[in-house]
Amino acid sequence: MAVKVISPGLSTSVQDLGRPGHYHVGIPEGGGMDRFATRIANLLVGNDPGAAVLEATFMGPELEFTQSAVVAVTGGELPPKLNGEERPTWESFPVKAGDRLSFGFLKGGARAYLAVSGGIDVPVVLGSRSTYILGALGGHQGRTLKAGDELPVGEGSGKAGLSLPANLRRAWNSPAELRMLPGMYWHRITEAAGNRFFEETWKVAPEADRIGYRFRGGTPLEFVGREQPFGAGSDPSNIVDACYPYGSVQVPSGTEPIVLHRDAVSGGGYMMLGVVISADMDLIAQLQPHTPARFVSVTLEGALAARAEQRAALARAEGHLAG
Amino acid sequence: MSIRFNFGGDEHIFGEVSEEMSLTSFFTGLSMTNAVRTAGIRGVTEICPANASFQIRFNPDIVKPQDLLSELKSMEEAASKADPVLKTRIIELPVYFQDPWTRETCLRFRERHQDPSSTDLEYSARINGYATVEEFIAAYSGQPWFVSMVGFVAGLPFLYQMVERKKQIQAPKYLRPRTDTPKLTIGHGGCFAAIYSVRGAGGYQMYGITPAPIYDPTRKVRYLSDDMCLFKPGDIVKFKAIGRDDYDATLEEIEANRWQPTVRECTFSLTDFNGDIYGTNAKLMELIDGR
Repeated sequence: MAVKVISPGLSTSVQDLGRPGHYHVGIPEGGGMDRFATRIANLLVGNDPGAAVLEATFMGPELEFTQSAVVAVTGGELPPKLNGEERPTWESFPVKAGDRLSFGFLKGGARAYLAVSGGIDVPVVLGSRSTYILGALGGHQGRTLKAGDELPVGEGSGKAGLSLPANLRRAWNSPAELRMLPGMYWHRITEAAGNRFFEETWKVAPEADRIGYRFRGGTPLEFVGREQPFGAGSDPSNIVDACYPYGSVQVPSGTEPIVLHRDAVSGGGYMMLGVVISADMDLIAQLQPHTPARFVSVTLEGALAARAEQRAALARAEGHLAG
Repeated sequence: MSIRFNFGGDEHIFGEVSEEMSLTSFFTGLSMTNAVRTAGIRGVTEICPANASFQIRFNPDIVKPQDLLSELKSMEEAASKADPVLKTRIIELPVYFQDPWTRETCLRFRERHQDPSSTDLEYSARINGYATVEEFIAAYSGQPWFVSMVGFVAGLPFLYQMVERKKQIQAPKYLRPRTDTPKLTIGHGGCFAAIYSVRGAGGYQMYGITPAPIYDPTRKVRYLSDDMCLFKPGDIVKFKAIGRDDYDATLEEIEANRWQPTVRECTFSLTDFNGDIYGTNAKLMELIDGR
């Protein structure tokens, strides 16, 4: 069984739940940017939640199947079409040998996840099938898909007609609210700049990918004056190169915040204002360029409560699908 | 000196040993991360030493953030008192300085540079007080470097030269980053050298290129078949300046998969080093020269 790529879409790659454990040599965890959508797509087609899926960004691919299977599309509202006929999202449906799956225009969110029963069976590299594009590692030949690619699929046994109702999915608000724990190098900016950072509405910039999301439209930060420490570099936003947490918010030259995501660069020399909490990482994956967004300050306790809520939401969805 | 600890969201603890770079801070950070690794704390998923700081990633569903923080703090005293002796290795890396490829890239992005009328090497030599590019290269390749961090992208080492602070070579990054840097470029920004493991954007001054791959996701290169990244934090690196003929010959050997870098096990004592920098370095370099 295989999936043939007729046209690849804008940026489509093989992803699973990632490869933790290699960040100290600069290899990021990777994996589906929207973890909830990745897991649910798999569960809908009877796969292990960590099986490999296709992550399509903004625009879907066109694919042909060589054998029958069950597939499901989750995440952003990218309507699937089977041989030209629309099919629902968040619901498994059957495909036969020779069928073509394409997608309509994106109606909401930014990234869609396509699971195929049996899972995309590219080689496991460092414990994962995820594609790390910058390092040409994993996935299908370490890169995004191209026309003519043929992806092997494992043996599966999914059932068609399984679905996740809308009330069990995460809703998107506008402006998007990204909860963040201030810290790291927060002390480098003035109190007024800190207050403004949370008050202002930002917009997702076009530079938004698996590495990170850039935001625009807020007031440049005002730094607390200091003599730069040895080795840090001359700009007030420079630090001696340090590790970058996933979700960390760096602000090069104090102008445009960048939130690092699953394919994060693991370190560098820009100060960070804090870190977007784990519960809101999936949300970032579904932001299109130009979407308004605000950063909302939370405490560690708030972050842990949000994480627990997110786990409960996942458990409810899993319970529904198992039930 | 006490470590500034900080939660990076709900999954990371960041520890800043000092704001400024020094080998002592690097060693404290490395001792901390080694202690965390040895402790085998449940729920810890990533242990990342950096230049003068470190980062621990954890799963807060398994270990409570405050408990992990207390545990890290309890290790701090031992780490900062730990006899700073490191069992490590010295790796010799051939570098073709003033090569045509970084020179071409350097000219292509001249308008993004502080001094468009000089090359990166001429500029860096001048601002660091060297009369000629050759003297600058001699200083660059004459004393070894510590891998003080690996990251940014897969396998990219940050290197800190093992000389006293007044001899540290410093250079600003480009005014605006380049969109291209040849793979395996030796670059410099702030007080750090870096080796670009993959081709891509970059802002460091470019001095030369090594024929030796340092990252191989396909694991076909013979010395990268186990670990796809050559460098680990704590490694010591000595650049060996080579010319075009040596570069071409080494590249041919690499393409036939016959070549591997000279690597020697060694022990490094920070106390001995601080007592006699150049004597300590000379002994380390003898290990590779005395082959």
